[in-house]
Amino acid sequence: MNRARLALGAFLAFMLIAPLVLPAFHVTLLNYIGLYSIVALGLVLLTGVGGLTSFGQAAFVGVGAYTTAYLSTAYGVSPWLTLLLGLALTFVLSLFLGFISLRLSGHYLPLGTIAWGISLYYLFGNMEFLGGHNGLSSIPAISLFGLALDSARKFDYLIWTLASLALLSMHNLLDSRSGRAIRALKGGGLMAESFGVDTARMKIIIFVHAALLASLSGWLYAHLLRFVNPTPFSINAGIEYLFMAVVGGAASVWGAVVGAGILTVLKQWLQDLLPRLLGQSGNFEMIVFGVLLVILLQRAREGIMPLIVNRFPAPRRPLPATTQVLPKRARPAAGEAMLEIRNVRKVFGGLVAVNELSFAMNSGEILGLIGPNGAGKSTVFNLVTGVLPGTGGEVYFRGERIDTLSARDIVPRGMARTFQQVHLLPTMSVLENVAIGAHLRGSKGVISAALRLEREEEAMLLAEAARQLERVGLGGHVQEQAGSLALGQQRILEIARALCADPVLLLLDEPAAGLRYQEKRALAELLRKLRSEGMSILLVEHDMDFVMKLVDRLVVMDFGEKLAEGLPQEIQTNPAVLEAYLGGVK
Amino acid sequence: MNAQIAIFLVQDGLTNGAIYALLALALVLVFAVTRVIFIPQGEFVTYGALTLASLQLGKLPGTAWLLLAAGIAVTAVELAQALRLGAAERIPGILFKYVIFPAAVMGLAWWAAPLKLALTLQVLLTLIVVVPLGPMVYRLAYQPLANASVLVLLIISVAVHFAMTGLGLVFFGAEGSRTPAFSDAHWNLGVLTVSGQSLWVMGTSLALIVGLFLFFEHTIYGKALRATAINRVGARLVGVSPAMAGKLSFTLAALIGALSGILIAPITTIYYDSGFLVGLKGFVGAIVGGLVSYPIAAAGALLVGLLEAYASFWASAYKEVIVFTLIIPVLIWRSFTTHHIEDEEE
Repeated sequence: MNRARLALGAFLAFMLIAPLVLPAFHVTLLNYIGLYSIVALGLVLLTGVGGLTSFGQAAFVGVGAYTTAYLSTAYGVSPWLTLLLGLALTFVLSLFLGFISLRLSGHYLPLGTIAWGISLYYLFGNMEFLGGHNGLSSIPAISLFGLALDSARKFDYLIWTLASLALLSMHNLLDSRSGRAIRALKGGGLMAESFGVDTARMKIIIFVHAALLASLSGWLYAHLLRFVNPTPFSINAGIEYLFMAVVGGAASVWGAVVGAGILTVLKQWLQDLLPRLLGQSGNFEMIVFGVLLVILLQRAREGIMPLIVNRFPAPRRPLPATTQVLPKRARPAAGEAMLEIRNVRKVFGGLVAVNELSFAMNSGEILGLIGPNGAGKSTVFNLVTGVLPGTGGEVYFRGERIDTLSARDIVPRGMARTFQQVHLLPTMSVLENVAIGAHLRGSKGVISAALRLEREEEAMLLAEAARQLERVGLGGHVQEQAGSLALGQQRILEIARALCADPVLLLLDEPAAGLRYQEKRALAELLRKLRSEGMSILLVEHDMDFVMKLVDRLVVMDFGEKLAEGLPQEIQTNPAVLEAYLGGVK
Repeated sequence: MNAQIAIFLVQDGLTNGAIYALLALALVLVFAVTRVIFIPQGEFVTYGALTLASLQLGKLPGTAWLLLAAGIAVTAVELAQALRLGAAERIPGILFKYVIFPAAVMGLAWWAAPLKLALTLQVLLTLIVVVPLGPMVYRLAYQPLANASVLVLLIISVAVHFAMTGLGLVFFGAEGSRTPAFSDAHWNLGVLTVSGQSLWVMGTSLALIVGLFLFFEHTIYGKALRATAINRVGARLVGVSPAMAGKLSFTLAALIGALSGILIAPITTIYYDSGFLVGLKGFVGAIVGGLVSYPIAAAGALLVGLLEAYASFWASAYKEVIVFTLIIPVLIWRSFTTHHIEDEEE
């Protein structure tokens, strides 16, 4: 029994006994912490994990609360039915709001959430049928199997059962194929898109998920208090929810509970203390919250959860055992046409970065693309992988035209890449980082992940990741954090991740940059081994020594144009190349 | 609605819109230079309005205390930094700027408040008290995080907004205030009655916009700010300190905010938390301009003012709902006109 499990057991035991023995005031506090935790959990997913921010969650809480309040008082609809209706309404609303604001760059979403957070608040307060600013009262109690949950003590069990289920399903979700895709959003969408993650869709999913959790909390709130008015759904409440998520931090789903707990207790204490201290009444706790958050973001941006998580290290999990293997695509025969670039052109404003470039490579070949700084090599790379749209020309991959496709649609055709600047998720394990590469080889989504219905596929994905790590020689580092690896190992990790996509063509963007001599030799060794297994490799590289010993053929670029093409020995004696590199030494 | 009401609403809308336009310009300025989405802009509006209101009642404004407290906090932070770097020669400057100056302002306000000076002098005193808070807020909250992502800076902004609203409640209480109009004059032009107050507002706004334009076009500091907005690293390489640019843009924002507060206080009653909504209306305007274009931001803000005037005539209870829902069509429009690959920020 390790400490993490003991702590979980102690928590559950406390939650079972607390409502029976604690004084009424503390039970009420516990109820509120539970309600707020559910909302904050959505924000841990949205903000902490996904890197998106909403100040408008209180409005979604309001949608859930008012839906049930209105329907159950005006039409006597069963609260269990109004829960579903509230969630459905929230789903539609959040889908619409997410769709219009998530397409824009980072800061429009939070600004948009402030705006519609205020709109919905005033709407609640001005609609006749919702009781205006006086609100709606006499909301019926929820009954469960004939037992009316009409006291705070009884209701506590309902709140914390649902909160625990929300925590568990979130924990499951983050530890899955979809969870890895969501965690990849924060580092910018480029890497995730390059392995086939539909980042726009993932953003909508987590936004809607967070909204649904808020709505659930609102439903509980309405039936706990049996009364609703607009105040708890104001923009200030929305801001406090975000504070909870930031204070707790995203290191674990428990950050939501810790953040909600700290802010709720602190608020209670300050609301008691400050008015006495200042001799007047008002929400003075705002000052403390504001200052506290500024200090926290300056000193400990990850919140306080990492401090707690480090005291309760999770046990190292053995790799799930599986005998099944992911299907692999058919390998092309050696010498088959692999990649062909025809008259490709790319213009940035007035700058011609790539001008009428053409070259081709065949299966089983290592082709080096070299050239001085600014020659346009990386641009060619981005054109081939679909990261940038070309201005003109055509790109063919195994006979199929791909220059009109996006990065996400090119991966499943059998092309995978690494990045010039490593794109890793430093706090995730090496294994999980590599498993992102296999994203498109699985298909199970968010719901099956939350319910743990995808364990078989997940085991196959992780086994594949472990196999690729073994293949590149990182088999001993599977459980380590990716950020703790040396740069050389991180570059190798990127190759393993690319291999996980089951490619027939590997594109490596300066894989030897920043590596030490021994690391370069090991890398060259690995690439030769991959070639002998039938892999085709397109390599952009600066290190001449490394390239000349490794590649079969070379394409030399200068000022966006092809300067020369041929075998390494030919290139080494080519006068035009010497001119470009050495400035015309005769 | 007859023509007279329609014209009256236009005048009303343009008057408020001119104030929102000023705020929108300040927001674009701060965002361009520092990448900070300056939510606390609204609190400077509140502080400006309520400081003037206090002075008119002959009371020492609470913001004078706040300036002193903020000065001491900045002194502590700056001294700690100077000692860590072993830069003892900075200490006299720090003490002068952040202890002696705020104390002198406090003394001035304490002496001047009961005298009930002429309105112009009271306005000037208000600005002297409120504007230095701008760079101090930058120093305390933002400067240590100048390289953080826009998102982290935004959360900081919301936290600062929270703290400043609470402090507003401490220093000014929950009661609202309204200051007397700058001018009671009215002119009848046919069906149109032009009030002196609205001419004051529009005239001041226009003068400030022209002043800002001249500042950016013709002064070295204005050019430094423009350079920082275009390329932060490049500006730094030619010697524009990001901390200086940050403090300067916050000073301008505080000045614009406080002036807007002084202009709006005779039109509507201002409470300790009113500034937030006023500032956000400036934001809606600024977002119309994508947070980058000054003229479109100003035009957007005028549109917000007009929409608000007509909304309060047709459906006054839903005024705020209508104004803030405007952001949804704006976002839709922007999402279809903006094409870019989102790149990482952190």
